[in-house]
Amino acid sequence: MILTLHDYWSERGCVILQPYDMRMGAGTFHTATTLKALGPEPWNAAFVQPCRRPTDGRYGENPNRLQHYYQYQVILKPSPADLQELYLGSLAAIGIDFTRHDIRFVEDDWESPTLGAWGLGWEVWCDGMEVTQFTYFQQMGGFDCKPVAGELTYGLERLAMYIQNKDSVYDLAFNDVAPGSNVPAVTYGDVFLENERQMSKWNFEVADTDALFDLFKKATAECENCLANDVPIAAYEQAIEASHVFNLLQARGVISVAERQAYIGRVRDLAKGSCQKFIEMKTPEWEARFPGWTL
Amino acid sequence: MQTKAREDLARLLGAELEKAGLKGGEADTYATPRRLALILRDLPQATEAVSEELKGPPEGAPDAALDGFCRKAGLSRDQLTLRDVKGRNTWFAVIDKPGRATADVLAEAIPAVIRAFPWPKSMRWGDASFSTESLRWVRPLHGIVALLGEDVVPFEVAGVTSGAATLGHRFHHPGEITIGSAADYVEKLRACHVIVNQDERAATIALGAKMAAKQANLELVEDAGLLAENAGLTEFPVPLLGSFDSRLLAAPREILELTLKVNQKYFSVRDADGNMAPNFVCVANIDAADGGERIVAGNRKVAEARLSDAIFFWEQDLKVKLADQAKKLDRIVFHEKLGTVADKAQRIGKLARWLVEEGIVGAANTPFVPSEVEGRAAGGAQGFSTEPAPSKVEGLDTNGSGAVSREELADMAQQAGELCKADLVTQTVGEFPEVQGIIGYELAKAEGLPIEVAEAIRDHYKPAGQGDDVPTAPVSVAVALADKLDTIVGFIGAGMMPSGSKDPYALRRSAIGFIRLTIENDVRFSLKDAVIAALYFYLESVEFDIDRSIDSLLNIRDQLSFQEKLIRIAESLGMESVTLEAVAKELYRRSLREQPRISVRFDQDEQSFTNALQQILDFFADRLKVQQREAGVRHDLIDAVFALGGEDDLVRLLARVKALQVFVETDEGANLLAGYKRAANILKKEEWTPGGTNSDPEPAEAALIAALDEAEPRAEQAVADEDFEGAMAALASLRAPIDAFFESVTVNDADQTKRAARLDLLARMRDAVHRVADFSRIEG
Repeated sequence: MILTLHDYWSERGCVILQPYDMRMGAGTFHTATTLKALGPEPWNAAFVQPCRRPTDGRYGENPNRLQHYYQYQVILKPSPADLQELYLGSLAAIGIDFTRHDIRFVEDDWESPTLGAWGLGWEVWCDGMEVTQFTYFQQMGGFDCKPVAGELTYGLERLAMYIQNKDSVYDLAFNDVAPGSNVPAVTYGDVFLENERQMSKWNFEVADTDALFDLFKKATAECENCLANDVPIAAYEQAIEASHVFNLLQARGVISVAERQAYIGRVRDLAKGSCQKFIEMKTPEWEARFPGWTL
Repeated sequence: MQTKAREDLARLLGAELEKAGLKGGEADTYATPRRLALILRDLPQATEAVSEELKGPPEGAPDAALDGFCRKAGLSRDQLTLRDVKGRNTWFAVIDKPGRATADVLAEAIPAVIRAFPWPKSMRWGDASFSTESLRWVRPLHGIVALLGEDVVPFEVAGVTSGAATLGHRFHHPGEITIGSAADYVEKLRACHVIVNQDERAATIALGAKMAAKQANLELVEDAGLLAENAGLTEFPVPLLGSFDSRLLAAPREILELTLKVNQKYFSVRDADGNMAPNFVCVANIDAADGGERIVAGNRKVAEARLSDAIFFWEQDLKVKLADQAKKLDRIVFHEKLGTVADKAQRIGKLARWLVEEGIVGAANTPFVPSEVEGRAAGGAQGFSTEPAPSKVEGLDTNGSGAVSREELADMAQQAGELCKADLVTQTVGEFPEVQGIIGYELAKAEGLPIEVAEAIRDHYKPAGQGDDVPTAPVSVAVALADKLDTIVGFIGAGMMPSGSKDPYALRRSAIGFIRLTIENDVRFSLKDAVIAALYFYLESVEFDIDRSIDSLLNIRDQLSFQEKLIRIAESLGMESVTLEAVAKELYRRSLREQPRISVRFDQDEQSFTNALQQILDFFADRLKVQQREAGVRHDLIDAVFALGGEDDLVRLLARVKALQVFVETDEGANLLAGYKRAANILKKEEWTPGGTNSDPEPAEAALIAALDEAEPRAEQAVADEDFEGAMAALASLRAPIDAFFESVTVNDADQTKRAARLDLLARMRDAVHRVADFSRIEG
């Protein structure tokens, strides 16, 4: 499925990238999405991003909720006029039959308070299940996107459940065993079930919260250090780190409703600061290469 | 959003056409997830021709004047005509404005409407978004069909050219179709699996869903909101009955139905006995090739995953007592300076108990009627007092004896306060934050706690917003007030006053909620005392490491009443006064030496207790003004009452303000205000300090003195009786004597004694008025 998507988007001019090597809650955090959404340069890319959402852990007991899963991320800047058709083409390519499934574009306002980003678009539903988030970025890091990028975020496991017609993510076939072969069949559960159990337990019950609070503080401080030394990409990595540590603290249930906003605000300030520095450093180049473009 | 968009389209296009002199007949508007349409009937082919005449200068006027006129009229000299005006030849310009073709008007009006369309949230897209000035629309705009009769109205907006072609259903009919005229728009699209009329789609869903349920001998749970939502999500709705594993019916119906509705937009279904059935109705947007078999199977998958999530959480939650859940709140930071949510819950319990023990909440709740003087004195508690409140409370009946003792009520308030946040650590609330409170209520009931406690847990967040209702049951009111007051006092006490648009802890909303609870329930108390009590409970949770003796005092576990405990603390601190304020201040002073975990330390000096207190009271005053302004109460009048100082019973304050508002809007009130302002201005100019001078009064002076002699005690008594209309009437009696005084008496008499006496008299008048309200704050 991933290979089919790679082929499909590569044929349409996308750079095929590899996952970012940090813990993050969504493919949107990948610098190929956030930082590349800023500025006037055209940018088309596709990649898989492993995502960690500590609060979504279910100890392996829910058929489609996972604390660790894979997103397929496509970003096209500026957003092409036929983006919906392109997207549907990719679903057809991976084997979704539109005459037998109910594919719906359900209006959705997307917002990432920790990234200072928002956009409008759709949740794409397949037979009632959200399988893709479809967004036209309007702002990133508090800055207007000029031009606007279109972002497609596929939930790979969920789509696979439809294609393979499985009720549980853990029953998905993970390899293609030729008939008569003596290679053992491997399911998603074989690969990830134990991981889900242990990581859910760690996320919810075990993780040392003092150490996490400390990590949060350190990431914040390091981000500021990076900004002071004009390395906004490194600063942004610390924002990603702080965001994930915050998610872990949430899963441990140690942040109150009142505190939550303050923490989100702190992460947002880090992300915004990184974006701002990144833009400041790139603006002269952008203005020279793209006459008429201004911040 | 779709409904509003249809209304906006009709309204804006109507306005544009009217501007151009066009008026159409009936309009129909349609919306689907992909299109917005308007059909306007009976448009004329053109606007009417008009002939306009402009009168110019007379014949023989200077050239410059005539040239100017030609420019203005847009004609040359030889196009002007001469006419006789009262015997004088005068130049006229006759301008014939031919009618404009309706198509031309539309070609300007439609783009104007599109560019100015008021979407609640709109976006930019594509190449044009290189600039932020590009067209904004709700989602990318792909095509425009614009037809007048059978002809295309040609125009272009943001690179989209109008035409006659549109698209059918995304999957049933993905190709282009051509619309011939407005008359066949609906039918052509219907033939391509698009039902453009939203009402028709809703009717299709309503009927289809009912039928689908009926065929399985089930009853649909109707839901108008869901119906509209599904009609807005589909172009070709096909309701389908789905089912799920009946083992998943194992949680309160509310939780299951909410899961299906909120997450999936499914209708719930019940059996003949009214029990929830293991079924749902989903609405597909396609007439599937296999009759919907796979769609139903897919939706079943999602429904089961969602429900099993909900049930898993609920079952986990049922295993734990709320009191044990409440203990886990110590892991949740409320705010780093204000301790954990467990600390907060303890404080809420204590404060709720205090509100009941003091008789503030739980007294017979009779509506407040300002004119009803008798029986007022006994009603309501006047803040902190050492007298015990009445021990029986009317209006509550849990044991059949007709009344609940104040002690029982206080126990319930404390328990509900301590448990009100416990459901925040339940898994169900973790999953559905919107059911916080409701889950606590359900769990409290399942555990067999008193219903008053369960209801208070459910309702203590109320009122959550402007339209939300306000709890009235005493335990609920006590806990709701305590929660909000604790939050406000804590944050402002620790120096986090909201400023400008920054109110990260939503203190303003809490304050409005607190005010509404107070006013709408007619809860009588001194706000200052309540704030001090809230501050005191924060101080009680300070760990006194240096003053160990205080620490043990604060943690007395005996069956002491609040009063008794206060007396003990005061004694051991060697204090003479046993008021709550004095004790709180002393604790605050001593806490400055400590390094407590929880600290409402406004500043590092002893005065800061008073400063914090004042800031909190000012904050409430501001919120009261904002809240009352929306209700039509003048803020200057609230100022006028606040400025007197000492009035901090919100119910009484508002009664006074309202009586004042009625009064100043009468002639008598307006005249008295004018007289007052004149007197006040004179006193200000003279910088007069009253000295008690007497001299032989002139008749008008004597009359004013007599009027004051009569009005002063009357006003005073009326204020004491909370008869503010009476107080206003007493002031009104001063109006005529003041007018007469200014009419016939010269204040600045050459005789210094007379002058002093007259200025004294004016000062006396001013002071008399101030007993009711500070009139200098009143505008106008």
